[in-house]
Amino acid sequence: MYTFNIGETPEQLAQFKEVIEKYKEVPGCLMPVLQETQGIFGYLPLEVQKAIAEELGISLSEVYGVATFYSQFRLKPTGKYRISVCLGTACYVKGADKVLKRIEERLGIQNGECTEDRLFSLDSCRCVGACGLAPVMMINDEVYGKLDPDKVDKILDEYMKGGEENDA
Amino acid sequence: MTLERLNGIKAKHYDLVMVRKLVAEEGAKLAENTAYRKQVLVCGGTGCTSSGSKKVIAALEESLKENGIEDVLVVRTGCFGLCSLGPIMIVYPEGSFYSQVTPAEVPEIVSTHLVPGGHPVNKYLYAETVHTDGSSIPLSETPFYKKQMRIALRNCGVIDPENIEEAIACDAYQALAKVLTTMKPQDVIDELLAAGLRGRGGAGFPTGRKWAFAMAQDNDTKYVCCNADEGDPGAFMDRSVLEGDPHALIEAMAIAGYTIGSKQGYVYVRAEYPIAVERLRIAIDQAKEYGLLGKDILGTGFEFDIDIRLGAGAFVCGEETALMTSIEGHRGEPRPRPPFPAIKGLFGKPTILNNVETYANIAPIILNGSKWYSSIGTDKSKGTKVFALGGKINNVGLVEVPMGTTIREIVEEIGGGVPNGKKFKAAQTGGPSGGCISAEYMDVPIDYDNLIEIGSMMGSGGMIILDEDTCMVDISKFYLEFTVDESCGKCTPCRIGTKKLLDYLTRITEGKGTVEDLDKIKELSNHMKSSSLCALGQTAANPILSTMNAFYDEYLAHIKEKKCPAHVCSALLVFEIDPDKCKGCTLCMHNCPVGAIRGSVKKPHVIDPAKCIHCGLCMENCHFSAISKK
Repeated sequence: MYTFNIGETPEQLAQFKEVIEKYKEVPGCLMPVLQETQGIFGYLPLEVQKAIAEELGISLSEVYGVATFYSQFRLKPTGKYRISVCLGTACYVKGADKVLKRIEERLGIQNGECTEDRLFSLDSCRCVGACGLAPVMMINDEVYGKLDPDKVDKILDEYMKGGEENDA
Repeated sequence: MTLERLNGIKAKHYDLVMVRKLVAEEGAKLAENTAYRKQVLVCGGTGCTSSGSKKVIAALEESLKENGIEDVLVVRTGCFGLCSLGPIMIVYPEGSFYSQVTPAEVPEIVSTHLVPGGHPVNKYLYAETVHTDGSSIPLSETPFYKKQMRIALRNCGVIDPENIEEAIACDAYQALAKVLTTMKPQDVIDELLAAGLRGRGGAGFPTGRKWAFAMAQDNDTKYVCCNADEGDPGAFMDRSVLEGDPHALIEAMAIAGYTIGSKQGYVYVRAEYPIAVERLRIAIDQAKEYGLLGKDILGTGFEFDIDIRLGAGAFVCGEETALMTSIEGHRGEPRPRPPFPAIKGLFGKPTILNNVETYANIAPIILNGSKWYSSIGTDKSKGTKVFALGGKINNVGLVEVPMGTTIREIVEEIGGGVPNGKKFKAAQTGGPSGGCISAEYMDVPIDYDNLIEIGSMMGSGGMIILDEDTCMVDISKFYLEFTVDESCGKCTPCRIGTKKLLDYLTRITEGKGTVEDLDKIKELSNHMKSSSLCALGQTAANPILSTMNAFYDEYLAHIKEKKCPAHVCSALLVFEIDPDKCKGCTLCMHNCPVGAIRGSVKKPHVIDPAKCIHCGLCMENCHFSAISKK
């Protein structure tokens, strides 16, 4: 099978093979294949896209075209903690821009970047639908609501201390 | 599955579920017929889950166990609507409504209320449900719920969405049974046309006509699609149906399949909605297991199946042709119409596409008849509309009201008004394709045609309330930033037009705009409207046009006086230190990134306007509120 030289494990390669087998014959399967592949590797390196193109019998440009069209697909690795600040309208009118600014200041990175130690990556998203808690951000799958810059500081402090299980 | 078995399941759980639908006294009668003395419903929608309802359920189960209580049923439901007060918990049969429940409060609620002979803990109840004398007010009588009418959301917050038998007890699949056994496809279409149901996704096309076009196509393969790619920021109506009552969608898609002659359905749902996706998946599996999807449904020989396809974060995929292109596995770019999807849609086959809320209205229309449905609403817009109420409003949440309800009723009565004594400025509906409705139109009855007339549109149902602190130029800029990001780039008017519009707005917010810019914006907007490929570009200018119309003075203030009346656009702000309040603590001086503040210890400081970059750091750091922006 394949080797990608991205530090992948044999388990990940086996899972990748399973995904390909599952979808190979399904019409219009490129999106689910990319989604599940990203679930395995965390992102979609070029080597992996090449393999998908080969296996599905489509051109690399088509795979790359789809992978870059949708904001959910990532071509670069992310941090251990993926921070996503909601910039939907309800959060925006309640000060989401200040929340984002504080995180950028604290982590020393811009929206869309990853810290050097790969601990945090920062993104914005359009509405997670928790408008009752606006402004909100997500760190991995945990939602933090009713934020202000001070609350952001406390939450980031917890994560920096390695408080993975925190639930502020 | 047979009709008899379906009715058997309904009868078995009927009392259990009806307790939750009736007022306290009758509910108590029904409660005697079930194995449970009390039922505790905890909201498991995205809003309440985010505010911690999972921990409340865990605490509840633990506390019940400790107290040896076995005759209290805990049910995790979908959304109750009042998201800002989450986590929410209701105890039946009495209907006690606990809001903002914390795990720490749970033991007291269990030992005082849920034990035999217990009584509600008033201090934890939603204040609107408690009289000053301590007696309780039924939820349906509170301002938030009083004017609501729940058709699409009929089972949200009532049933356990992961238990198909509870859905069946609330009439799920009865409409499908009626259609398959007593109606011809044309009968279904006649019923929908008579009911006057229009698409809830935005444009309001009559659903019956859409289905009729697809039915008339002579083709062995047709598709039924559902648009659950709810991308408007601030809109979460469809998600709530998927989370609270997924069988409403499955049943309606099967009815659509029977009507147009299709065996396969696709639900295209946002990947950002993990709870909704999971519940829909469970519901589809259960429907298959119970023979309500698959081959020979209800012994009638009708065959129908549904697959889920996940979106990947592209707003344009809410447009029907882009959505189908995306299901086919390509970049989600729209296609020119005609041919319309009903003729040539998914994989080139005749296809119908409706959104979740539209489908959620189908079963009640079939069961209760078009006469009942068309009696609700206004002349040309029948039934109800679900709105996701958000922004500067006290009761943020999900509301369903009859068409013809006014913005004033929604904001002042249901929504409980604007917080902090601020003034209502505008209601934004229709997201990036819609517009802002100013205070002067607050008493216009909401329906498809009226909203277009006053420069906005129904859209999918997001309603963001803006108060006096919102700058209308800035909010237009916010929406244009969104459309610039989300424009797929296929057609020039949208790709370049949105960027140009954003450039104009950015200049205006920086005080560099001219009055001529406003004319150019109008001209460009009209070109985009007539020449963009899809609705994204055709409607992208709406947020600007509607705010320019209602808040022209605010645009002029930015251009002529170089002032932002709402004090939002930072480049136009002037920061000043009040010498009487300033203690000379030097904190502002130390925080100023450009050294624009001068002063000595214990003496009033001064900001040099020529150096100031309007970042606001000094104001944020001042402990004495001595710094103001103008």
